[in-house]
Formats: sequence, C-alpha cells, structure tokens
Amino acid sequence: MSLVLAASAVRASREDLAMRAGVVALVAILLLIVGLPLWSLLVKGFQDVDGHFVGLANYRAYFASPALFNSALNSFDVAALSTTIVVPLAFLYAYGLTRTTMPLRWLFQGISLIPIFAPSLLPGIALIYLFGTQGFFKALVGGQIYGMKGIVIAQVFYCFPHAVLIMTTALRTADARLYEAADALRASKLRIFLTVTLPGAKYGVVSAAMVVFTLVITDFGVAKVIGGNFNVLATDVYKQVIGQQNFSMGAVVGMVLLAPAALAFVVDRLVQRKQVALLTARAVPLVPRPSPGRDAFFTLFCTVIAIGILAILGMAAWGSLIKYWPYNLSLTWENYDFEKFDANGWESFGNSVRMAVGAAIFGTALTFVGAWLTEKTRGFGAVRGLVQLLAFLPMAVPGLVLGLGYIFFFNAHGNPLNFLYATMAILVINSVAHFYTVGHLTAATALKQIDPEFEAVSASLKVPVWRTFLRVTVPICLPAILDIAIYLFVNAMTTVSSVIFLYAPDTKLASVAALNIEEAGTTAAAAALCLVIVATSAAVKVLHLLADRFLLDRLQAWRRR
Amino acid sequence: MDQALRRKVGPEGKVSYLEVRNLTKRFGDFTALRNVSLDVAEGEFVCFLGPSGCGKTTLLRAIAGLEPQSSGTIRQKERDISALPPSQRDFGIVFQSYALFPNLTVTANVGYGLASQRRKRTETAARVVELLALVGLPEAGAKYPSQLSGGQQQRVALARALATSPGLLLLDEPLSALDARVRMRLRHEIKALQRRLGVTTIMVTHDQEEALTMADRIVVMNHGVIEQVGPPAEIYRAPATAFVADFVGSMNFLAGKLEAPDRVRLGNLVMSCPIQDGLESGAAVSLCIRPEDVRVRDLPAEAANRVDVTVTELDFIGAFCRATLVAGELSLVADFSSNLIRDLGVVVGASLAIALPPDRLRVFAA
Repeated sequence: MSLVLAASAVRASREDLAMRAGVVALVAILLLIVGLPLWSLLVKGFQDVDGHFVGLANYRAYFASPALFNSALNSFDVAALSTTIVVPLAFLYAYGLTRTTMPLRWLFQGISLIPIFAPSLLPGIALIYLFGTQGFFKALVGGQIYGMKGIVIAQVFYCFPHAVLIMTTALRTADARLYEAADALRASKLRIFLTVTLPGAKYGVVSAAMVVFTLVITDFGVAKVIGGNFNVLATDVYKQVIGQQNFSMGAVVGMVLLAPAALAFVVDRLVQRKQVALLTARAVPLVPRPSPGRDAFFTLFCTVIAIGILAILGMAAWGSLIKYWPYNLSLTWENYDFEKFDANGWESFGNSVRMAVGAAIFGTALTFVGAWLTEKTRGFGAVRGLVQLLAFLPMAVPGLVLGLGYIFFFNAHGNPLNFLYATMAILVINSVAHFYTVGHLTAATALKQIDPEFEAVSASLKVPVWRTFLRVTVPICLPAILDIAIYLFVNAMTTVSSVIFLYAPDTKLASVAALNIEEAGTTAAAAALCLVIVATSAAVKVLHLLADRFLLDRLQAWRRR
Repeated sequence: MDQALRRKVGPEGKVSYLEVRNLTKRFGDFTALRNVSLDVAEGEFVCFLGPSGCGKTTLLRAIAGLEPQSSGTIRQKERDISALPPSQRDFGIVFQSYALFPNLTVTANVGYGLASQRRKRTETAARVVELLALVGLPEAGAKYPSQLSGGQQQRVALARALATSPGLLLLDEPLSALDARVRMRLRHEIKALQRRLGVTTIMVTHDQEEALTMADRIVVMNHGVIEQVGPPAEIYRAPATAFVADFVGSMNFLAGKLEAPDRVRLGNLVMSCPIQDGLESGAAVSLCIRPEDVRVRDLPAEAANRVDVTVTELDFIGAFCRATLVAGELSLVADFSSNLIRDLGVVVGASLAIALPPDRLRVFAA
C-alpha cells in the first residue's frame, strides 16, 4: 500500500521546478506592481491626513459633500450619454467595413483608428478651436462648448476606434451557412438582420458598450481640457491630490472611480465567456455581395464619420501651425519650438519615447514570458490561477487610480523600493502594469493556438523546454509579440492619466507637458505637441504593418503555403 | 500476483518489457483508469482499442508521464519509472496532430532531439538522411512542414520520434487525421518499419480495422478497464465479453434463455451452442453470431441449428450484401457474397434455409 502511495505523483524535474519558480516570481512581480499599490490606496482611504485609522469617516465626508457627490453623477451622465452615441455609430461603421462591398474599406478602417494614436486631450483642443469662445462655429453651440457638451463630443471621437475594433471583430466572425439557411427559408432582410446578424454581434455590442463606458468614466485628459466648471470624478481625484494635497480624499474618490470601471469589466468578462463557442472551426466565412443601395448608404455614412474624425485631427493640426488664433491666421512652425512654452522643451517628447520604448521592451518580455509560464508549467494549478487573476486586474483599474496607488506604495516611508520614486523606471513600470492585461491576453491567445504537444515532444526528445521556447515558440508567436510591443508603445506614448502623478521635473512626458501648456493658455503649442505624439505613434504603427507584411513574410518563409 | 490475471495479460514465455500494475487515474470525480494491469513484451506491437473516453489515451499518456497516474506503478525494462517526469523516461511519441515544429525544416525537425545529444554535426546529418530514407522521404529535408501532405508530415513525425532510438514508441491515433487511402498505405508502412526496427510499440486507436491489421496484440478497453487482451484473430473470433463482441466487427445479439449448458432457447427455437460453464441454466443470455458466419450453401437436411427464414431487406454494400432475415420473432443480419446472391437467387421476400454453426456461436449473460 505504501508503495502505491509513493508512486501516486510524478516527481517534478529540475525544469519543472525552474518553471514553477518563474511562476512564483511572476506572482511576486504582479503583486508588487499592481496588487500592493492598490492595497495601499484602499488603506489610505481609511486614514486621516496624518495616517491614523479613521474608519469610514472619509467616505462619509465624501458622500456628505454635494460638490463631490455631484461629480460622480456627472461622470455617470457623461459616460452613459457618450456610450449611447458611440455604440450605434460604431456599429454602423463596423457593419459598413465588414458586411458591405463599399469602396476603400481599408482607408475607412485606417481613418477610424486615428484617435487611438492621440492623447485624449487632442479632441478637446480641436473642439476649442472649432467651437470655443473664439471658434469658427461657436454660433452653432452658442459658445457653450466647455462642459458636458464638449466632453461628450470629444469622448465620442476618443472612444470611437475602440468600439469599431470590437464590433468589426464581432461582425467579421459570421457563418455564411446561417445566412444561406435563412435565405433558403425565405426570411426577409429585416428578419435575417434581427435573427441572425444582431444575435451574432450581441456580445460585441455589450463588450463595446462596457469598454466605452469605462474609457469615458476613467479618462482625465478630455475633462481637464474642455470640462470647464463641469466636474467629473477623474478631475476631482486630480484636484484633491495635486490641488489640495488631500491624499486620503483622493484615495476615496479613486475608490469611487474604481467601482464602475470594475463593474463594467466584470460584465464584459461574463459576456465574453458566453461568446466562446459561437463560431466553430467548420464555419464558412461570410463574403458580402454587392448591393448598390446598401453600399451607397454605408459609403455616405462612413464618409461623414471619417470626415468628422479628419476634421478634428485637421483642426488640431491647422491650429498648431497658426501664428495667433484667430487674429493672425498666417502659418508658422513657432508653436513647435516647445522651449518657449515649457521648461522641458522637446525633452518631454524624448522622455515619452524613452518610456514607451522601455514599456514596449520590458512589458512585452514580461507579458509573453509570463503568459508562457502560466500556460506551460505542469501542475501548480492554484498559483497559476492566481497569476490569471492578477493579470486581469489591471484592466479593471483606471490609470489615475493605479497612479495614485503608486504614490502611496512607492513613496511610503520604509519601502525599500522608495528609490524608484520620481525616476523614469517607475513610469515604465507603471505603464507596463497599467496595460498588462491586453498584452497577457494577446500572448495567451497566441500560445493557445500552437500545438499543445510541442512540450511533450521536446520532453520525449530530451530537449530542454527553454530551447523549444526560443527555437519554436518565440518564432511562431513573433507576430503576436510585435502586436504586444506596438500596443504598449502606442498606449505609453498617449497616456495621461496613469502618469500624471508620477513624473518628476526631469522625467516629464509629452502628454503631460501638453496638458500643462494648455493649462497655461497656449493652446496652439499644446496642439502641436499632441500632433507630434500622433505622428510618432502612427508612424510606429505603419512601420509595424509594413514589417508584418514584408519583413515577416521574407524572414519566416515557413508561413507561406 | 494473481495467477489468473497473469495468464490473461502476460504473453507466455516472453520477458515483460513494460509492466503496468494496478494503474488508476482520477480526474476529480471521474475515474479514467481503474486498476489497469498490463505487460508488453520487447519488440511487440500493441494496440489500445476502444471507444472515445474509454481511457486508452490516458493510459498512453500515463506511460509517457504526461498524465501522471493517481496510483499504481509502471516499470520499463525492470526500472520503476512511475514517478519520473517525461524527460527522464525512454520513449518517442507521435501525435494525431503530428506536432511538427512549423518554423523548422524537415531536417531540423528530425534532428531536433539529436542536437541536444552532443553528437558531431556530420553524424547528426547522416542520421537524419538515414531516417528520412527509412520513412520514404529522402528528398523532403529542405522543405517546411506546411509544404508537405498530411501523410508526409506524419512520416516526418515518425522519423523525429525514432531519431533518438527510443526503447518504446508511442503512437497516439497517428492515422486519424488522414484520409482513407493514405491511412491504408501508412498502416502497412508503419507496421513494416516497426517489424524491421523491432522497437516496442504502443498505438492508441479507435479504428478496429487499424488495430486488427497492425497489432501483434490488441488491448480492448472500455470505461477505464481492460475488457480483453489477445492477438487480433482471438479478439475477433473469441470475444471475451459482450462489449468486445459488439465493438469489434459486426455481431448479431439474439436474446434468449439458457436451457441447458449447451442449449439456448430463442422464442420457440432451440439452438445448440458450445458448453457454458459460467452461466446457470435459466439465465437470460445473448446468443451471438457474426453476419458472415451464417451458413446457407451446402446445408445438410439434418444440419444443427437449421432455421427457415424470409429475406426482408437486402442492402448492397459492394463486395457483399447485408441481408436482414426473419423467422417468427427472430431477426438477424447475414452477409452474403454477390456470388451467393446470384447462385441462390436471393431477393427480398425469398424463403431461405440457414444454419447457425454451433462452433461459431458465442453466449453472453444478458
């Protein structure tokens, strides 16, 4: 009997032990860069200014203050309204891209992505040029662009690509056989749309709504630039922390901000889980057929939207080149001479690039190796489950909240990591943490798509697992690895909210500098800096697409059939 | 060790190369393997055969160390490998998905395990050439897996598994993903290769024809236990259980009652059968006969188990016809060659005298 018991578990090889150690290290890293900062934030909310425990006093004060509580309602209104506008527009746009034969679909798709490459304050600045007190079209809005109206319009621009991306994916994965069956049963066009198209895209719509809602409620840049006296949660956190140095109340507002974001995240995950088996491997992809009336309608619709996006970008670009709005409209490069407007000058742009490159390199390595360890380590289920949980957490946490947590955690007395505070390193770490989830998911998806038996084959051939990782897994996953790196780069370039509390004078970032310049009243220079960011991240994305198409094809001949 | 069990699972007179003893594997509440014991002789080709979910793949993966058993022991060449991780066991494996590395050439795939053995480069190259010739793909070295057909990819996978000269070759449904024609050809090639190399081989399959044509011995499994172990002819002719009788080949199950140790009553017919020691008189039983064992030609008037039947259906299969025959409440199918159909003028509605030869009958408790 004792013999039987002794044989009941396979001994772990040295390799297994090394991989388990890696998983434990990953848990430690994630706790350090996500878990503990959030914990510090949570604790701070229960302390007074001197760090004494005061229970729920801060929360009571928060809900008793009409001004603060009103911001929560404002945030909710703005998010709900923006979502209601963006989701139908994005659905129609994505429908045009995926289910019609309208011309130039690739161009429309490209234009719809532009806002992703811009910091959120860009649409705010463009709206000021267009509709502000000195705007061209101020009559259209009665000069009242500051406040809710401006925030919602800017948010629609800012969130549009995210919703289009999600819905394009949802609408593209359609099974042509369902449509053929419906046609054969003589269902009307409307009935087919209601019974086949909508149910198929339902999860995409819910997911897009949740993502847009979260983006709006947690965004800081738009409200800061064009919010005027209209307060929202994100600006409140900033005011409490930077303006009034009231860290405890900042923590409380941060927790209030976390609640809707986390809720939307949970809804999204529940919906995603249901979607899994919607499309089987046997499905026949749907290829849209020409239909003149429909195609004309969608061409018109997408053109109007695309012009709107280009107008906002173009306005910011034009504004950045104008000498003195609106009195002297002659063109100049003066606004790009940032030394005149900000002590750091072009250096802040250099800082942004350094941070983005750092986040791309370290973040890609960490997320990919991390996802690989979680997927491939034998046994050790509980700890791997913990990694999954920690890897998902950042997606639910607004950047502003994470940044605040970083102040409390890394700046705490007695934290041995204190030396990181106010360095470039902490900015890189924060960016990696903030955008960890998407990188992890991308890597995990890519890893799940390759044959699960590669490691078994390697073991039978006595080849160490790290060798198969380097020689097989990494080359196969190279496109996904590039995707992760570009995602991290672009997001680190454009983010405002997660770094606003963490920069030091010599590590100021371009997006933050643009915000400061705008605050100081030089809108043209702020627009110029935003455009430099757009140009940089868009250029990197274009390089990525070219590399994907030409370089990978040449280097990885085995991908060709 | 239980003598009866030893006789059942151990090939007589051969030294056991692989010894599986009392292997049990549980996944939560589900028991995938229940106290499985098995011996495989050196150089033998053994097939694990059974329906999906019967535990055959779990048993193979336990032998490889990929799916560690919950309890029980595995010994390979007298060495207890029960607790060893896969990398410390001695086996080569081929999967249904081939699991070829898509970014490496055929040469690099086959040489993958050789590179880590610190051999000379020229030696490795020579070995790869030798292996590719062995599996009949001498020209494919520079190609990538995606440029090969499914059958060719499976041969490369086989060459890769054999490269390090493992003592045990494990094949996990290696032919299932291939189309019928390629499958037939590869069956013979794998079997011939195995015989030539003399490598002890275990193959998992759900295809009985594959098992019958390739294996030296077949292990029929169901619900996590071994139902029968034996050479293909024995499995087919003398199935030990009703499950094996039903799973391997086609079989008529005729419900009846055991009247005497050598007589079964089917309605108002009484059939002679081989003597049944294990069953009590009066027990409900199934009387089994294979469709091709039903006799029609040269029937003597006093033939045992003679029955007059009517042909009610005739399904054309190709080389033969499957006839449904009815006599009162009795209904069974029989396979008739095209010759026989022509010679005897068998048509639907025709009356026919058949016999169920007693030595071809099997009786199982119902």
